[in-house]
Amino acid sequence: MKIAVCIKQVPNSEARLRLSRDGRWLDEEDLPFIVNESDEYALEEGLRLAERTGGEVVAFSLGPERVREALRKALALGAARAVHLADPAFAGGDALATGRALAAALAREAFDLVLTGSQSDDAGFGATASIIAGHLGWPHVWLVMGVELEPAAGPPASAKVTREMESGVNEVSRVALPAVLAIQAGINHPRYASLKGIMQAKKKEIAVLSPADLGLGPAELGAAGSRLEVLSVAFPAAGEGAQILEGDPQTAAAALVQKLRQEARVL
Amino acid sequence: MPEPDGEAGQAGQAGQGGQPAGGRRIWVVPQLRDGRVTRASWEALAAAGQLAAALAASAPSSSAVPTVSIDAVLLGSGVAAAAGELAQRGVAAVLVADHPALAAYTPGAWIGVLAPAIGAERPDYVLFPHTYQTVDFVPRLAQRTGAGLLPEVTGFAPAAAATAGAGGVAAGDGLVWTRPVLGGKLQARVRVRGAGTVLVSVQSGSFPADALPAAAADGDVKLQPLPVDPAQARPDREILGYEEAAAQQVDLTKAGIIVAVGRGVGGADKLGPIEELARALGAEIGASRPVIDSGWLPRERQIGSSGQTVSPRLYIAAGISGAIQHLVGMKGSAVIVAINKDPSAPIFTVARYGLVGDLHELVPALTAAVKAAQG
Repeated sequence: MKIAVCIKQVPNSEARLRLSRDGRWLDEEDLPFIVNESDEYALEEGLRLAERTGGEVVAFSLGPERVREALRKALALGAARAVHLADPAFAGGDALATGRALAAALAREAFDLVLTGSQSDDAGFGATASIIAGHLGWPHVWLVMGVELEPAAGPPASAKVTREMESGVNEVSRVALPAVLAIQAGINHPRYASLKGIMQAKKKEIAVLSPADLGLGPAELGAAGSRLEVLSVAFPAAGEGAQILEGDPQTAAAALVQKLRQEARVL
Repeated sequence: MPEPDGEAGQAGQAGQGGQPAGGRRIWVVPQLRDGRVTRASWEALAAAGQLAAALAASAPSSSAVPTVSIDAVLLGSGVAAAAGELAQRGVAAVLVADHPALAAYTPGAWIGVLAPAIGAERPDYVLFPHTYQTVDFVPRLAQRTGAGLLPEVTGFAPAAAATAGAGGVAAGDGLVWTRPVLGGKLQARVRVRGAGTVLVSVQSGSFPADALPAAAADGDVKLQPLPVDPAQARPDREILGYEEAAAQQVDLTKAGIIVAVGRGVGGADKLGPIEELARALGAEIGASRPVIDSGWLPRERQIGSSGQTVSPRLYIAAGISGAIQHLVGMKGSAVIVAINKDPSAPIFTVARYGLVGDLHELVPALTAAVKAAQG
């Protein structure tokens, strides 16, 4: 079974964040980047399904040069090869522009299954999987908590998919393959890269695709091909609404307990 | 080989809905639970009301005041009661797609009804409650119809007010929208460029539904059937059933005090002091999603959009940054205390009291202070 997994590199939001000079995004100098959390689960799910069916995983990512690091990690974890959509024309796209580019790259090969994470931890659209599926004309499911290929033996024809819904209920459905599934964090326990895997990754191929390779023009891609434009970002006002109790831990804790008893009257 | 969904053009004729051609049009697509319109959907309708007012106000002063109409678009099977409910809440018309093919939600069926309607009627905005179902199908609806996609908005403002100091000049209707990014660590101000329909999903808790009119504005609300072509409204997944995600042995909704932990606690082996604080307070322990996904606590203790929604009299959030998915599950708590090393963490925006520092020092200190106060 041939499986594509789309991964995104996102800022590590645990790091100290500074805004860029133009105020439209973060200052990326010295900003650590990681593989988006739910994408790691998608990659693990792809590797497990490929191992079960004797197939292979191809990792896809769109972004600047630094994205190669994320693809290298996917290769170290077990992806057979990687595809990098690398061109300044891809940058700054909204979900529709990015989905269009990824779908065009995926359509160059015959995949049985495309996996993505459920949403990126930076933009948080949650839209890439279903937009890709729309372009490919395949069924899709968002927020997938379980995948069973059917039939259990032999070439899979469909997948039994568990989708998380609100208020603790899951939908169980069957989709025909090929399909696009957006994987929810927590579906599995992602593996760690082995030293052997890291060494092997250095020899694996990262193919580079340009807009011309995809048959897409500049007006269809990146910021130019997007209707959504970020004007500025801002931190929420620090401590807005919250009374911050100062002092060493003992002093602050005692002050809090006093407030909770006498001011808020909840203790 | 299935045919790809086309990025269809928006050719069509005007006519359906509660507004004559020429005015601006907002559609709201509510969702139902047990046959009733959900609270998040009423909030989307409230957002539509504010949007209509903003669009009317943003018109050039030289022109006549434009008409802005709000229609509800209801999909389902046997939804007459919900349609009647919607008709009484300040909409011009309720477009009702009531058909057995829509008995169960699937993206294929929903898009099969909505895409032709949007293509024919070309509303300016279509608003959805930002729910899991919306994220499941609305991006694909945007791809199919060629509409713009603006997910998870928390507010909007005219450009002049919203972009002061940001150097941005908004086009079109001049609206600048806010939405959370980086899990709520940052607020982004965004605009939509170009012409054509925009699909917007509205984050819950952002537009209070109690501002909605309680009854029809003029008693002239039209219920209009929206055509359903079963050949187009085809399920693209076969629904096999619905199951309980986790046995809810712990009912956190009844707890008076909750001590909740986030990723910042650092590991399952570091929960001891949290448990001591909970014991001292007679509190239940809850957690944000990353703690559950890491296996540090069982899923039945998850609080947030995919867990339980709680409103205790006291909620202590330790090491929880406050992603919007968590906030929607606990911000109804009477008093919220945030303990976090990052003073800019979004949790402090909903908290009444905050302790900034290392929770591994602050939590034991708090436990000691609670015990001291109890004598």
